[in-house]
Amino acid sequence: MPFFSISDVKISGIAAAVPKNTESNWDYDKLSATEKKLLVKTTGVENRRVAPKGLTTSDLCLEAAKVLLKELDWKKDEVDILVFLSQSRDYYLPATSIILQDRLGLSTNCMAFDIGLGCSGYPYGISVVSSLLKNTGLNKALLMMGDISSATCAKEDKSTYPLFGDAGSVTALEYDESAKKMCFQLNSKGEGYKSIIIKDGGIRNLINEESFIKKEIADGIKRCNLNLALNGLDVFNFSITDVPKSLKEFLSKTNSNPDDYDYFLMHQANKLMNETIRKKLKFQAEKVPYSIKNFGNTSSASIPLTLVTQLNDQAKKNRLRLLLSGFGVGLSWGIVTLEINKIACPKLIEV
Amino acid sequence: MNINTFIEKIEAEFDELEPGTLQKETSFKDLDEWSSMHALIIIALIDTEYDVVLTGEDLTRLSSVEDLYTIVKERK
Repeated sequence: MPFFSISDVKISGIAAAVPKNTESNWDYDKLSATEKKLLVKTTGVENRRVAPKGLTTSDLCLEAAKVLLKELDWKKDEVDILVFLSQSRDYYLPATSIILQDRLGLSTNCMAFDIGLGCSGYPYGISVVSSLLKNTGLNKALLMMGDISSATCAKEDKSTYPLFGDAGSVTALEYDESAKKMCFQLNSKGEGYKSIIIKDGGIRNLINEESFIKKEIADGIKRCNLNLALNGLDVFNFSITDVPKSLKEFLSKTNSNPDDYDYFLMHQANKLMNETIRKKLKFQAEKVPYSIKNFGNTSSASIPLTLVTQLNDQAKKNRLRLLLSGFGVGLSWGIVTLEINKIACPKLIEV
Repeated sequence: MNINTFIEKIEAEFDELEPGTLQKETSFKDLDEWSSMHALIIIALIDTEYDVVLTGEDLTRLSSVEDLYTIVKERK
């Protein structure tokens, strides 16, 4: 069981950026009025930020990072590690993190690499960066995360398009011996890899002429093999069984209960799903903030985005004990508990 | 657990349904109001109320309300 803890590393700041452009599900013309009502009631998604063509995840992360570095007063040559965790990279190659090192004006004495994860990314990314900081003697790291999902969801697919929003985030971490230890549990279930998939464009199914042909899968669901395909029921089932089961195990291993946390921030997938998890774990509603109403499912950016938009003041002024859980594409899921103490948390940035 | 309360609970989750629309033999997926969202709603309801997990395949296989009730009762 991948349960472990890492000490001497703290989060110093978190920032998030979204495109200015907003779309409302009330205007989504692939749904009838009744379907819209039901979609909003069930998924909780009313508005989404949608990137104009050409705006990348790295552009959003870059703007967030510029603001955060300034607020933290970190010098650019102090950043030793840059990790970009995303499923919407700039190019097939090279890795986007390396381009970001240059665009952000960081020193060449900075390691940079990408991680290809989605909704489970926050706990995973924190674990990788924190282990590096703990074990290398390096001091400061930027963990950038997020996705442009609107570019890969077919607009004619009502099972994906109205759910996802675009967002980027950055989390600044640093070595600090006074930091409270973080606890992690990370899981994978590859047998469910087809539940959320873009079939063509990788090496398994090289892009070909057929990749572009849009097919009617069901009523209101039309897409091609370069679009995201989502089996909502499978993901729903996974999320209300495997995820709360792991969370319960985690709470018992850490000998903690909902009273020990100020907030429980979940990946923002679907309101009904998240509420089912919340009730199973017996967390009070006040401790479980949501950003899904105005931003939709923002993939790996959802946890930092929720913190920035819903807990901004508190994160700046208080010490907060957080339980964080990401889950989804892979299938993959992870949990981390950590403490943040008066961190830099700039207001949401619009690009 | 009895089938009448089971039906009432499901009806309550479908805002649009007139009470009494669902009967044991109702083929719920053929209702005009049925949509894929209702599948999620039913799975969440049954999970929360009865601690039984239904899969998408279960729902594809089942047709009547009574089938649904029977499978929940069996797995409980």
